[in-house]
Amino acid sequence: MIGISGIVSKIVDKYQEDRGMLIQILLDVQSGLGWLPKEVLTEVGKQLGVPLTRVYQVATYYKVFSLAPRGRHLVRVCMGTACQVRGSPLIRDRVQQLLGIEPGETSSDMKFSFETVNCLGCCAMGPMMTVDDGYHGHLTIPDVEEALEKYK
Amino acid sequence: MPRINSFAELEKLREEIKTKRDPNKPCISVSSGTCGRASGSESVYEGLQSQLEAQALKGEIDLKRTGCLGFCERAPLVMIYPEETYYTKVKPEDAAEIVQSVKEKKIIERLLYSDPVTGEKIVRESDIPFYKNQQRIVSGPNRWIDPKNIGDYLYIGGYSALSKVLSQMTPDQVLGEIKKADLRGRGGGGFPAGRKWEETKNALGEPKYVIVNCDEGDPGAYMDRSLMEGNPHSVIEGLVIGAYAIGSHEGFVYVRQEYPLAVENLNVALEQAEEYGFLGENILGSGFNFHVKVHRGAGSFVSGESSALMTAIEGKAGEPRMKYVHMSQRGYKEKPSCLNNVETWAAVPFIINKGSDWFNSIGTEGSKGTKIFSLVGKVNNTGLVEVPMGMTLRQIIYDIGGGIPKGRKFKGVQTGGPSGGIISERYLDTPIDFDELTKIGSMMGSGGMIVMDEDTCMVDMARYFINFCCEESCGKCIPCREGLRVLSGILTDICEGEGKEEELQTLERIAEVMKDASLCALGATAANPVLTTLRYFRDEYEAHIKDKRCPAKVCKNLITYYIDPEKCQACMICLRNCPTGAIQGGKNLVHWIEQEKCIKCGICYQVCPERFDAVEKLSGEPVPAPVPGREVVRKKE
Repeated sequence: MIGISGIVSKIVDKYQEDRGMLIQILLDVQSGLGWLPKEVLTEVGKQLGVPLTRVYQVATYYKVFSLAPRGRHLVRVCMGTACQVRGSPLIRDRVQQLLGIEPGETSSDMKFSFETVNCLGCCAMGPMMTVDDGYHGHLTIPDVEEALEKYK
Repeated sequence: MPRINSFAELEKLREEIKTKRDPNKPCISVSSGTCGRASGSESVYEGLQSQLEAQALKGEIDLKRTGCLGFCERAPLVMIYPEETYYTKVKPEDAAEIVQSVKEKKIIERLLYSDPVTGEKIVRESDIPFYKNQQRIVSGPNRWIDPKNIGDYLYIGGYSALSKVLSQMTPDQVLGEIKKADLRGRGGGGFPAGRKWEETKNALGEPKYVIVNCDEGDPGAYMDRSLMEGNPHSVIEGLVIGAYAIGSHEGFVYVRQEYPLAVENLNVALEQAEEYGFLGENILGSGFNFHVKVHRGAGSFVSGESSALMTAIEGKAGEPRMKYVHMSQRGYKEKPSCLNNVETWAAVPFIINKGSDWFNSIGTEGSKGTKIFSLVGKVNNTGLVEVPMGMTLRQIIYDIGGGIPKGRKFKGVQTGGPSGGIISERYLDTPIDFDELTKIGSMMGSGGMIVMDEDTCMVDMARYFINFCCEESCGKCIPCREGLRVLSGILTDICEGEGKEEELQTLERIAEVMKDASLCALGATAANPVLTTLRYFRDEYEAHIKDKRCPAKVCKNLITYYIDPEKCQACMICLRNCPTGAIQGGKNLVHWIEQEKCIKCGICYQVCPERFDAVEKLSGEPVPAPVPGREVVRKKE
């Protein structure tokens, strides 16, 4: 069983303990764990020689980082301009209604986390939503239920 | 593959690649950018692969994945070479037929693009109106290249510009050529790239850095993603040429983590470029050294601003700073740093190869070359289009974009992302370049072009952009942080029917202060969407305030859903789909909405069959009282 310090040191080594790579290190840690527990932030700070306050500042500044555990599936609704004019607010509202959580929240059974994103770069196919790695484009409001059903 | 150690070796390798390839050998290529993959191009690819095996044609027909072809609306796209037969909306089930048809040199009619006006089937890509009116220079090679195969890039002449620069030109000559080409930065402001390079070159301090900005944060723009995914080597080649001209030996590529495929393809390309000797020590035996690191952005819009981006690659929170000292003087780690956008770097090899005179022959007086726009929103042919600067909005939206869907009326087009503005119909014939767009209150930005029709509410759009900036503001300076909050509050009130007329003046006053007093461009330009909509669509603001009416029928508080009893055929579809059980009626009984239960989710409006078209949105008018129990009047078929 490899502990937190093991996980962190493996990633920190990959970047040659370069402090400039703090964000990259946090991204890698998060992609493995799904979120950033406090112990991880402390450990990263310790191993890089960066004060915890700065690690915390970075982890809270960038939107991608989550300091709370996330659900098994991540639902992201694109709120880019192209999706917006094609009705993404109604898609967001529908997801919110079906999952019973607001953007930024995780369902109490830890099945879903729900986020809105600025743009996924699939502007020609809006409105667009992703569930984990799966893309769902040209959505209508009734499609949302069907798309989420598979993950329930 | 051993490193290439000289210019002669590179040409020898290129010849080898060329002699090994038969240009007449059939090749099926699948457009596999993120758009393509989101529409299922991977299963099409797999289908084709297994069909080639099943029909024992693997040796006779090539199969490859290329980058995005631009016509994303019609994805998944398949091209057959050498004929350039163009198939749209391909499904995995079509694989067998495609393979068969390539073998027999036939064409599958039903997969061809058919002209929506004439109904004529078009075989070749270049004959489709969407492509015919474009000039695809920077984005053009995407269709030839498998981005994970450096051989494809070399086959079409890749890295010849780098070789030319290192073997025949001094750094000053390269700089001179870029300055003569008058290449302006494609990322937003349109600052002359040559001047930026020169300032960095002449700045005191070593080392110097060069940086690629692929943080494409403007919602609605995705040309950088497409280039980085589809042709990463062109960006790398441009960067190395720039580094040589500037005298830099270390560079960065900053790319959004929201673009996983771009990150993946970039990393593969960097590895291959290093392996072949286009990066690293002693590039092509010239004695020039250059190394690149990749930084992924972690989801912060303002970090795409140059000073913020450089702070981000130092591993800190990417907040901007005052720029009275340019980044070209003091940027990354306080050293001279030259940052350009993906599209700008990618244009460099073309300018070197074809010359600044050629580049100058395209475009307008003040803006040379071509520009890639992402033509999206309420337009028929959505996708990426590359056109010479100076083309009019009308040509782009109607000739290339095929106009507005479902015969709706054009209302406006948004350019420049959250810093830009919304342009009204009366400017449709304005030639588009950096300066013209600024004149009419918007800006080029990175090239997002979001078309809006009569169903788009301009107040709601202004609120959308303000809320966007509100969330993305780093909070460092007060005009931006507080100004946006107040703007958002006022706009929300107007959208909810609580607006007051005198507040329109407050909007304008705050916008002026933000413009003058904000720290960085985000705050200084954030109010542009408000100012332009007030300028061109003031009547919509007034309708919201005075008549409590949303003319586009978007603002939830100001609309009511209503089922027209004359049109309703009691098909039960909306009734079954309504999540709150607000729809009453039944079999053979006209449906009606119990307004108290309605949450205005819009489902009934979307599911009502088009041939009935019974669900309506009302705004600013009384809702007719429902007649429960009314029997349906069947429409005569």
